[in-house]
Amino acid sequence: MPSVSMTVNGKAVSGEVEARTLLVQYLREQLRLTGTHVGCDTSQCGACVVHMGGQAIKSCTILALQCEGAEVLTIEGLANGSELHPMQAAFREHHGLQCGFCTPGMIMTAVDMVTRLGTELDDHTIREELEGNLCRCTGYHNIVKSIAAGARAMGGEPLQQAAE
Amino acid sequence: MGTNGTGVGARVRRVEDRRFITGRGRYTDDINRDGQLHACFLRSPHAHARIRSIDVAAARAAPGVEAVYTGRDIRKFVTTSDDLLEEDVGGLICGWMIHSKDGSPMKAGAHPALAKDTVRYVGDHVAIVVANTLRQAQDAAELIQVDYEVLQAVVDTGTAQQPGQPEVHEGIAANTVYEWELGDRAKTEAAFASAAHVTRIDLVNNRLVPNPMEPRVAIGEYDPGEESFTLHTTSQNPHVARLILSAFVGLAPEHKLRVVAPDVGGGFGSKIFVYAEEVVCLWAARRLKRPVKWTSDRSEAFLADAHGRDHVTRAELATDRDGTILGLRVKTIANMGAYLSTFASSVPTYLYATLLSGQYAIPAIYAEVDAVYTNTAPVDAYRGAGRPEATFVVERLMEVTAREIGMDPVAFRRKNFVTSFPHQTPVIMMYDGGNYDAAMTKALAMSDQAGFAQRKSDSARRGKLRGLGYSAYIEACGIAPSQAVGSLGAGVGLWESAEVRVNPTGNIEVLTGSHSHGQGHETTFAQLVSDRLGVPLDTIKIVHGDTDKVQFGMGTYGSRSGAVGMSAISKALDKVVAKGRKVAAHVLEASEEDIEFKDGKFGVAGTDRTIDFASTALQAYIAHKFNGSELEPGLKEGAFYDPTNFTFPAGVHVCEVEIDPETGVTTIERFTAVDDFGNVINPMIVEGQVHGGIAQGVGQALLEGARYDASGQLVTASFMDYTMPRAGDLPELEIGMTVTPAPSNPLGMKGCGEAGAIAAPPAVINAITDALGHEDIAMPATPAAVWRAAQRARLPMPAH
Repeated sequence: MPSVSMTVNGKAVSGEVEARTLLVQYLREQLRLTGTHVGCDTSQCGACVVHMGGQAIKSCTILALQCEGAEVLTIEGLANGSELHPMQAAFREHHGLQCGFCTPGMIMTAVDMVTRLGTELDDHTIREELEGNLCRCTGYHNIVKSIAAGARAMGGEPLQQAAE
Repeated sequence: MGTNGTGVGARVRRVEDRRFITGRGRYTDDINRDGQLHACFLRSPHAHARIRSIDVAAARAAPGVEAVYTGRDIRKFVTTSDDLLEEDVGGLICGWMIHSKDGSPMKAGAHPALAKDTVRYVGDHVAIVVANTLRQAQDAAELIQVDYEVLQAVVDTGTAQQPGQPEVHEGIAANTVYEWELGDRAKTEAAFASAAHVTRIDLVNNRLVPNPMEPRVAIGEYDPGEESFTLHTTSQNPHVARLILSAFVGLAPEHKLRVVAPDVGGGFGSKIFVYAEEVVCLWAARRLKRPVKWTSDRSEAFLADAHGRDHVTRAELATDRDGTILGLRVKTIANMGAYLSTFASSVPTYLYATLLSGQYAIPAIYAEVDAVYTNTAPVDAYRGAGRPEATFVVERLMEVTAREIGMDPVAFRRKNFVTSFPHQTPVIMMYDGGNYDAAMTKALAMSDQAGFAQRKSDSARRGKLRGLGYSAYIEACGIAPSQAVGSLGAGVGLWESAEVRVNPTGNIEVLTGSHSHGQGHETTFAQLVSDRLGVPLDTIKIVHGDTDKVQFGMGTYGSRSGAVGMSAISKALDKVVAKGRKVAAHVLEASEEDIEFKDGKFGVAGTDRTIDFASTALQAYIAHKFNGSELEPGLKEGAFYDPTNFTFPAGVHVCEVEIDPETGVTTIERFTAVDDFGNVINPMIVEGQVHGGIAQGVGQALLEGARYDASGQLVTASFMDYTMPRAGDLPELEIGMTVTPAPSNPLGMKGCGEAGAIAAPPAVINAITDALGHEDIAMPATPAAVWRAAQRARLPMPAH
């Protein structure tokens, strides 16, 4: 079996994988990083979004072998120790999650959105940018609010207190 | 009860969130057991076929394969050995008996976990391959050769009973499960005979796929030493799953079967039911003496999760000259799919026709429901379950009638609202409280009805059509009084249990039979306990979802966890306080009658002598201040709560749409919901439930529809073909509340989980038909359908 080496959440990892192994399968099954979820088999739902080289990707659309030498960041690596990333804190503050299954993908997508588009995101932009992420619980209402607040918090503004 | 801090009424941030936002939730697929094998199910590619033979030899010989089993293998174990009896493991059951008009019981076709001779829908279970890795199991499944004799399939709901259709289950004539009725036929016919106006509509309530984001998972385990099973599964009600697997499927007695439903990623009804994969994984785990894990992919979820809705209905409303409703008559054909799923039979009957009175005083109602088999996936409860179908019938009729008789749709509703309580409807339900007019008034103000005319003319100037639609819904929640549902055919009671365990150091574990899969029980249930015992939120842990920890419970569905589940906790808390008072009386050397409990302290009335709750707990456990003949040590109390009535959440949703007649695209410009859920524990969480419900309701109205082709192939079997609502499809939602406490439970709660999915579809369609100027549009109102309807509206001929 071929082997692959990459950096995941700042840690060097390597292992043998079947050539057909997807990155998400490698993360979940071999590294036991189960925060990245699988919600579909057609690359539609976005529950598996991680960052590779600082960009959001769907980890179900790339083979583990294609990630040779890559820097991968998953939801487990986003917080700074026990201190939540501002986007994580914003999802909690604004009730941006219910069952939590889509949440890791939503948060990783949201952080990428801020990286690309800045910390002032209007609702229309956020909704368009969420094209690749499905949520069945929240009606997106509070996810949009969470991302707007999380983006501002990433720009240094404190999180608004009242979740509405 | 304050609205600050962490008590009842406060917008407490959720306790469970931290693990989910850091990727440390523990969903079933995140669990891996030592030595586990992986399962892949071979599913039928045909909607209806006889199995002539199955050749599994090549699959058995494939790399990594431990076993391949078919329907002929799944037989009962000899109790004292690992041998198999001739007798098959029991089939899956439907737990609600419905009787036809003629008194005959419903006709339930056999539902084996793995098909034996016949497959009845695309996705039906033919064989299981168990291998060391999932990929090996999947590869081997492709090597199984099945010789099928393909049979003609019946797919369409409306025509399934017609002569010449093939029988889904041999010997069940006209594919008819039951022909049921409710209400007074003669009285209703008399009402129609005397009516000044009759409005008649034909409706299809489109078939939906629930699609919680987490697909189903089952991990079966067997411990040969203990001779006991464990099932980790994605369930909304693990105790009911255990009961059915034990009492009906017969895999193990209840005390030898542990069912664990850990973090579950959404359910919406589809995870209430017991599924074939759970049975087969458990059985295979015993056969192989190793854990067997199955994880559904999304394609399997589309094919084999129970679907929702799928009604074909003709409905008529009779009114007199001044717009007073005289009677309602409904004939519905409900698709059950190929087999009766766990609660399927109750959905189009007692969860549907009992709500046909809506918010209105209707003197006579008569409903007929025929349930039919087709060669499609089983259909069962999906968010709202029967009540969305009823609301769609009633609220479409209200809107169309108002238009036909030339009355304002709001005035027509107000004229017919139930205004005094209790109100006995002609269809079983007794509404015990509410204020429908107040919700309407608030909804009209919040949705700025006054400004609608201006907005409509602005749209018209831009070549767009604007419309306004209302939905004044009612639902029966807090499911349900056991005696009542028992008299209607339910196989179980629908109470809930709770146990409050106070530890010696004063922290508290609350065991509940409710199950949280997104509803935030770990927060709201703790808020109730914190409020009542005056203890900090972080000293309370809510335990659920494990039959080894919680003695019994009925689970979470039907917006029951607040009204029923929390009422059980409330009852147990009363007992804890009563016991604490006895302990405190001994410690404070006072008479029990003089002990008060206030702000988390037991005290002697009229003195400053007090003992706080945690110290009382410690005294209860060290038991130094009383002897065993006076009082039992410890502080742990349980309660079962059986509601005395359903609860009746109700409200008004208002939808405003703009349609581009050139493209057929409908944009929801405003959506306003005003709901009366009775008392609310955490408004933040309740609003979130409403948001999610509305999204599913808007999805049904505009986007979603499961379609089978004539041969029974599901042509909407992925997220690329079945349109799930995405963020860009929905507007910001305006949520308001009115409060009339529910009289039937101690907390005055009614339930909020299903309201949005119930209310939204008719609000959206009423808005679209208002914009179009005619009624000829079906759900989902996709751009193609709306474009055609908009073109038709421009033609100088009647739409048909």
